[in-house]
Amino acid sequence: MTASPSPRPTWGGVPLTRRRLVLGMAAVGGFLAVDLGAVAWAGGWIGAAHRLIPDDFIKAFAWVNGKQPGFRKNHGKGVAVAGYFESNGNGRDLSSATVFQSGRTPVVGRFSLAGGNAHAADAAATARGLGLAFGFPGGSQWRTAMLNLPVFPDNSPQGFYDRLLASKASPDTGKPDPKAMAAFLAAHPETAKAMKIIGQTPPSPGFADSTFWSLNTFYFVSESGSRTPVRWSLVPVTRPALTPRAPGPSSGPNALFDAVVRQIRSGPLQWKLMLTVGEPEDPLNDATLPWPADRRAIDAGTLTLSSIETERAGNARDINFDPLVLPPGIERSDDPLLSPRSAVYAASYRVRARESKGSPAVNVDQVTP
Amino acid sequence: MSTEIDDTAATVTPPQKFTALSRMFHWLTAILIFAALLIGFTMVNWLAGYATLRVIHMSIGILVLIVVVLRIVNRLGHHPPAWPSTVGRREGKAVIWLERVLYALILAQPLVGWAMVSATGKPVRVFGVLPLPRIAPFNIDVYSVLRETHSILAYLLVVVIAAHVSLVLAHTTVLRDGMLRRMTFQLRPARK
Repeated sequence: MTASPSPRPTWGGVPLTRRRLVLGMAAVGGFLAVDLGAVAWAGGWIGAAHRLIPDDFIKAFAWVNGKQPGFRKNHGKGVAVAGYFESNGNGRDLSSATVFQSGRTPVVGRFSLAGGNAHAADAAATARGLGLAFGFPGGSQWRTAMLNLPVFPDNSPQGFYDRLLASKASPDTGKPDPKAMAAFLAAHPETAKAMKIIGQTPPSPGFADSTFWSLNTFYFVSESGSRTPVRWSLVPVTRPALTPRAPGPSSGPNALFDAVVRQIRSGPLQWKLMLTVGEPEDPLNDATLPWPADRRAIDAGTLTLSSIETERAGNARDINFDPLVLPPGIERSDDPLLSPRSAVYAASYRVRARESKGSPAVNVDQVTP
Repeated sequence: MSTEIDDTAATVTPPQKFTALSRMFHWLTAILIFAALLIGFTMVNWLAGYATLRVIHMSIGILVLIVVVLRIVNRLGHHPPAWPSTVGRREGKAVIWLERVLYALILAQPLVGWAMVSATGKPVRVFGVLPLPRIAPFNIDVYSVLRETHSILAYLLVVVIAAHVSLVLAHTTVLRDGMLRRMTFQLRPARK
């Protein structure tokens, strides 16, 4: 018979002494502190107060534009297009990517307006986007998200973020607060300089006659392994029939989109894909700086967009035009915008994927012939 | 039933070890899973590191998938050594379930990640060069379910791994039953 008034607790038949329990709690507690601490640090719950994370951009877009459920958090307004790229083989000297071998690659894409309001009225001054996915959904596809601007206004994610916040329309005037924008430009001289360059290239009348630029620099890698810094652009091929039709009905909230719907219905639109080759002294990691105009440019082939449709499930609506989806033969540069673009586009895609989808502002069926 | 209360006496016999192959698989999985989880949590919150870490994360994920399939094959062929006598019936049942859940999570997580990338229509390429087939249709709703599942499974893995390690540490330090030694490698030749 046991004399002890309070029998010692046991576990698995082994009595638990205070010394062992303290040791055990120290071991388990120490492990959990390190393990869960590492997870909390990696997840940004501790120690991330002062750095920008992708979610900050999603919140900032919502703050500036309202929620916009189901739409891209930037370039929310758009229309799906499709066609093909006919390579002439000239790009093969620079890149081993299959898209530059002679022949056709199917392309899906999307015209868009910059800005997070998916129902914004078209305006000539708003930047126009063209997202393309060459060879979608194949294993060596190439995605790009381009703008009708010769340079990008920002050269860092912080600059983009600050500009986004400064662009919020004041409730009184419906326009950005001039004081906030002036303060932003004073803090970001690179944007002030880029805006000057952008101002020297007035926008064309519509999407169809816009030149679109890659903005960031990428490396093209040839069969022999040589790496060349390249910026690309799409230069419109003027179609005789386009000029008279281009102005179209130049009013209404969808004037620019309606015009491109009519133009593609009347015949395919075409652009030359120009590969501009950088020289060693050219800025590779600063999208606000242009390259000199005399740089060698190679005509790599013709992009033809022959069909246009309303954004819907399964078309370009559901494609994230992540600029780092690159085929073998094209690599990213160290431009500090590229990884953040990829990260924030992914965050936007995740958020809009789980939201119920609103009906898009541009409906091609509502465009009169 | 033991009334032994003298804790200086050896109450348990040293347990048998897992086979060297099983132990190697275990620690390889542990390193890969820990790296994949930490990198996964980090990359979605790090603008500048996202692009590089994404490639590394996907590559580790595929390694995990290969290793866990080999482990399951190995596990089906080898019965693990008996537990120390300190593991009672009810605890044993709980531990069996914990390990089944852990195996299931380690198998499911890379598959969900692979399917999730497939559903975005993006190419699935690991180690920067190796193209993998797409295992889910291009569909944003499918992507969304898989993407949220990938996060939930990641948190479950953190919890289940924390429970797994805590239990082994508790056994080893409180009960001194040599639980951890079943899985360790002898760094120095044993002195007999």
